Amino acid sequence: MTRTTATQPAPPPTAAAAFDPYRWRADFPALAQEIHGRPLVYLDNAATTHKPRPVIDAVQRYYERDNANVHRGVHTLSVRATERYEGARAAVRRFINAPDSREVVFVRGATEAINLVAQSYGRTHVGSGDEILITGMEHHSNIVPWQMLCEQTGAVLRVAPLNDDGEVLLDEYERLLTSRTRIVALTHVSNALGTVNPVIEMARLARHAGAAVLVDGAQAVPHQPVDVRALGCDFYVFSAHKTFGPMGTGVLWGRAELLDRMSPYQGGGEMIRSVTFEKTVYAEPPARFEAGTPNVAGAVGLGAAIDYLDHVGRCAIAAYERELLAYATERVQAVPGVRLIGTAREKASILSFVMEGIHAHDVGTVLDQMGIAIRSGHHCAQPVMQRFGVPATCRASLALYNTREDIDTLVYALARTREVLG
Amino acid sequence: MMPELADLYQELLLDHYRRPRNRRRLDDANHTAEGHNPLCGDHVHIYLKVEEDVVTDVTFEGGGCAISTASASVMTETLRGKTLAEAKTIFKQVHAMLTGQSVEFREDPHLRKLEVFSGVCRYPARVKCATLAWHTFEAALDEKRGTVTTE
Repeated sequence: MTRTTATQPAPPPTAAAAFDPYRWRADFPALAQEIHGRPLVYLDNAATTHKPRPVIDAVQRYYERDNANVHRGVHTLSVRATERYEGARAAVRRFINAPDSREVVFVRGATEAINLVAQSYGRTHVGSGDEILITGMEHHSNIVPWQMLCEQTGAVLRVAPLNDDGEVLLDEYERLLTSRTRIVALTHVSNALGTVNPVIEMARLARHAGAAVLVDGAQAVPHQPVDVRALGCDFYVFSAHKTFGPMGTGVLWGRAELLDRMSPYQGGGEMIRSVTFEKTVYAEPPARFEAGTPNVAGAVGLGAAIDYLDHVGRCAIAAYERELLAYATERVQAVPGVRLIGTAREKASILSFVMEGIHAHDVGTVLDQMGIAIRSGHHCAQPVMQRFGVPATCRASLALYNTREDIDTLVYALARTREVLG
Repeated sequence: MMPELADLYQELLLDHYRRPRNRRRLDDANHTAEGHNPLCGDHVHIYLKVEEDVVTDVTFEGGGCAISTASASVMTETLRGKTLAEAKTIFKQVHAMLTGQSVEFREDPHLRKLEVFSGVCRYPARVKCATLAWHTFEAALDEKRGTVTTE
């Protein structure tokens, strides 16, 4: 039903106009508190989002009523827990428009999902002299697992460079795709710059070159509809906690024909069909990749978060946030001495900036005193900081419950910061 | 300025941030070390010249936020001319102050400057900014090889 990249048509303006963030904001208990005597303005959503009441309730209800180990017992609670867990898997399938629930693997988070693919798919498909291609805007979690794989196999890591706006140089990217490229790993939305990559085009080129494509969707799923079939990738990963669900749960989606041929990532219970001391037969995906007792409550909470996002309306969220980001960009840019880092044509949710003569950490401390939570630092993307020649940036990242009022408070506080530290 | 912030960002601290003292390479240093705070990417390089158990010169390069830069700057002023034993005592006092213990510095104008960092202990996320230069100094003194990190 949806397409999710630069080619996505702008939603009608009425969608954003009808969106009432104050209505949804009331669903998030953590947002209704004061920090240092001022109302909390939470602008660190790229680090983690807050959880709406239905998610908190779903997790609590699971532990109060349904708690049992899954896929094990024949007793009623085990059956119920299994139904909840598999129900969440089905919700994830719908959420990303995957063809089949069996392609949805529950993991600890996007980081574990990438490590799983690197070690399971990578160890059997990548050899000495082969190449893995990433982009210059990746989070450490989409760099380090591939470096480890390169060390283990003798493969070479290639990096597609960025232009000064923080966009991948597509001609360079295409040049780096060779017959030796086995895996392309790229982020859907950059956590440090906000850039939305043209994933459909980049995946098409990669697959044409014969490479498997992994997309890191951690920063995309909370903000826009995602359709893994339209994207044309082989693997898509995200974390529940950045999309209004619990911490400690995430998703690996992989095309069935690839998952079917992949070896287990960890051994243990749940992932086997039969075990003798001589030989073990592994279960089919997704169980093959879910050794041990899973985080059932986490999956249930993610399922509730998906229902919540569907209720709010993902197209409406995307339209509203697009308008809010444009407002925030205009206002923050107008603060004297502020320079935006990341000015791509297609951006989502994230406003990264530096203030002339003031370190990001000092900005973060002053803003915190005014009740405003932003991230200051390198955002686990040190190569991005190096590319733009800054030690750190301030990052305000938006979610569906942020308002223009939040942005106005931020802008006022940035002006005060200059008074304090200028 | 908001009173709680005025306590952290005192004028003397901001002055050392804007005009850091002794921020240069020391070519004839006989002890050096690098310190790194992986949380914020701050990086400091400490150069020491120690002659007959006296710190005859101390400089730094790098820095980052107001607190880490000012801390390195004030530290260099504090330590110059001190014996190694005195320097180690000062290090312990600074460490105690930054972790919230009450410390009285002697009536030495350079030592009294260290009290400008007494507000930092109320900002747990920022204590490492203030300790980076000091830990790096300690590493240089002990001639530990490699890079010190705050983590």
